[in-house]
Amino acid sequence: MSDPIAKQLALVIDLNVCVGCHACVTSCKEWNTSGWAGSMPDRNPYDADPSGVFFNRVQTYEAGTYPNTETIHFPKSCLHCEDPPCVPVCPTGASYKRIEDGIVLVDYDKCIGCKYCSWACPYGAREFDEESGVMKKCTLCVDRIYDESIEPERRKPACVLACPAGARLFGDIIDPDSEVSVAIREEGGYQLMPEWGTKASNHYLPRRKTRQVIHADELIRADNPLKKEGPLPKAKVGAPSLDDVTSW
Amino acid sequence: MRPAFSVIFLTTLIGVGQGLFLALVAGQFYWVIGATDIPEAQDFYAIGSLLALVFMGGGLISSFFHLAHPERAWRAATQWRTSWLSREVIALPAVMGLLVLYGGLHWLDWRPVLMTFGNMKNLDLTMATGYLGAALVVALFICTGMIYACMKFIQEWASPLTVLNFALMGSSSGFVMATAYAGFMESPLEDFFAGGAMFLTIAALVGRIASIVRNKNIKYLSSLQSAVGLHHRNLRQLTRGFTASSFNLKEFFHPGSPALLPILTMAYMVSAFVLPIALMAFAWGTGSISAFALAFAVQYAGLLVERWVFFAEASHPQNLYYQKVA
Ligand code: SF4
Ligand code: SF4
Repeated sequence: MSDPIAKQLALVIDLNVCVGCHACVTSCKEWNTSGWAGSMPDRNPYDADPSGVFFNRVQTYEAGTYPNTETIHFPKSCLHCEDPPCVPVCPTGASYKRIEDGIVLVDYDKCIGCKYCSWACPYGAREFDEESGVMKKCTLCVDRIYDESIEPERRKPACVLACPAGARLFGDIIDPDSEVSVAIREEGGYQLMPEWGTKASNHYLPRRKTRQVIHADELIRADNPLKKEGPLPKAKVGAPSLDDVTSW
Repeated sequence: MRPAFSVIFLTTLIGVGQGLFLALVAGQFYWVIGATDIPEAQDFYAIGSLLALVFMGGGLISSFFHLAHPERAWRAATQWRTSWLSREVIALPAVMGLLVLYGGLHWLDWRPVLMTFGNMKNLDLTMATGYLGAALVVALFICTGMIYACMKFIQEWASPLTVLNFALMGSSSGFVMATAYAGFMESPLEDFFAGGAMFLTIAALVGRIASIVRNKNIKYLSSLQSAVGLHHRNLRQLTRGFTASSFNLKEFFHPGSPALLPILTMAYMVSAFVLPIALMAFAWGTGSISAFALAFAVQYAGLLVERWVFFAEASHPQNLYYQKVA
């Protein structure tokens, strides 16, 4: 895993923009359950104790003490780590990281369903499919981003296309000029649980506060020598003007 | 982590088998160097190997219940370069193969002398096979332990104590079994095995206490703050993002209540270590074979509980993301 790879596709998720609508969750499931990575079965969907496989979840956190609180919506999927601990532990070689674009995938034909890789992912990004007995996870929509039958600007993961707020960026984080690299560099993009050295490829952009400082003298019009608010005196008809509209 | 019974039986059963194999080899060595002059029957080792093989086989069968696709299990031997699990998958049948060889050579009494030492003692084929087997047993203990110890973010497991304890508990149970077996076969090695069993059980007790103490003082490197990347002192989860259940909620949490763990810890401390030590002391004094057999049964039950707790007490950092129901 230590060989440097030429390209690392990843998502950059802007927590300042995410509104927690779960559009990425549903579009992911819709695309992937019927695609290459499917199915993503639901067990007992209309019964007691329903459960299901998802590649992407949106969680919500709160920071601070009321009334000074902040709500953070937090989408979480496989981070396609540059040094993925889930890959070397797999005894069958079913889990692998592609050298051509850094996507971490599971070969469903090799997986024996031992679940060891899920233990080795600190983020809980892998979900076991009981129906087919193999491990499943986000594929970065590997079956659509290279699909030439789709128009080029739509060759992106389903979640990225679905996000109504535009909170999800997709691209190559090794290319320094890509949209995602610029966002990471300029907006303070960070990785989750950096303490484990996974070098997560997906990055998150932090919440940002936009504040404007208004000084007291800015509350009063500076070009108002009489310090009286109200309609400006009308200039006499025929009085000289700058541009036939403005009066002094 | 959720304790899986397949893995609990796998690790405890192969532990007994490995320990028994070690005991047989140690016993043969003890006998070869002339520590006892009563002649040793060859079928003692052969039947002992068969017994060890039964335990190992039981573990192997149990491991298949852990797999969703057991028909592809052979693939699990392919990634030995990187995966401790793959290495275990190779080492386990290798130990079993050597058990067959070791037992078989003894059964056939085929023991050509390979070399003679200066003190006129011989290294014959059975003893050499035994040494190789013992080395593989140690390798298998290391593989099994490392499967857990290499998970650096499951901090309860990421310690050399994990490997050491797998080896000590397995060896202890194997030697207890060997003592009962030697008593049953009226082998002169009974006292030797009883001494080994006593020593190893006490060592396993010390090792397990050391890991309990260590785990009590763990400073977890991950926190909700590092998991979300928001370094606010007062951060909490409002929703995990779904109301239904999921793999993440089942695989990484144990089904018992938090109060259960200390109770079970006490239970296995008594059952896996203290009681067997007491029973063996009694059995040694009175020469009662059934007390040795009882010591084994009690200890094995205790080790099952120990393994359950070993999984249950391991906290996975992914749980930080799943704190809120709803
Ligand atoms: S997020 Fe988890 S599953 Fe994805 S590459 Fe990293 S360790 Fe592997
Ligand atoms: S569950 Fe499948 S992908 Fe995961 S470690 Fe086991 S064999 Fe590999």
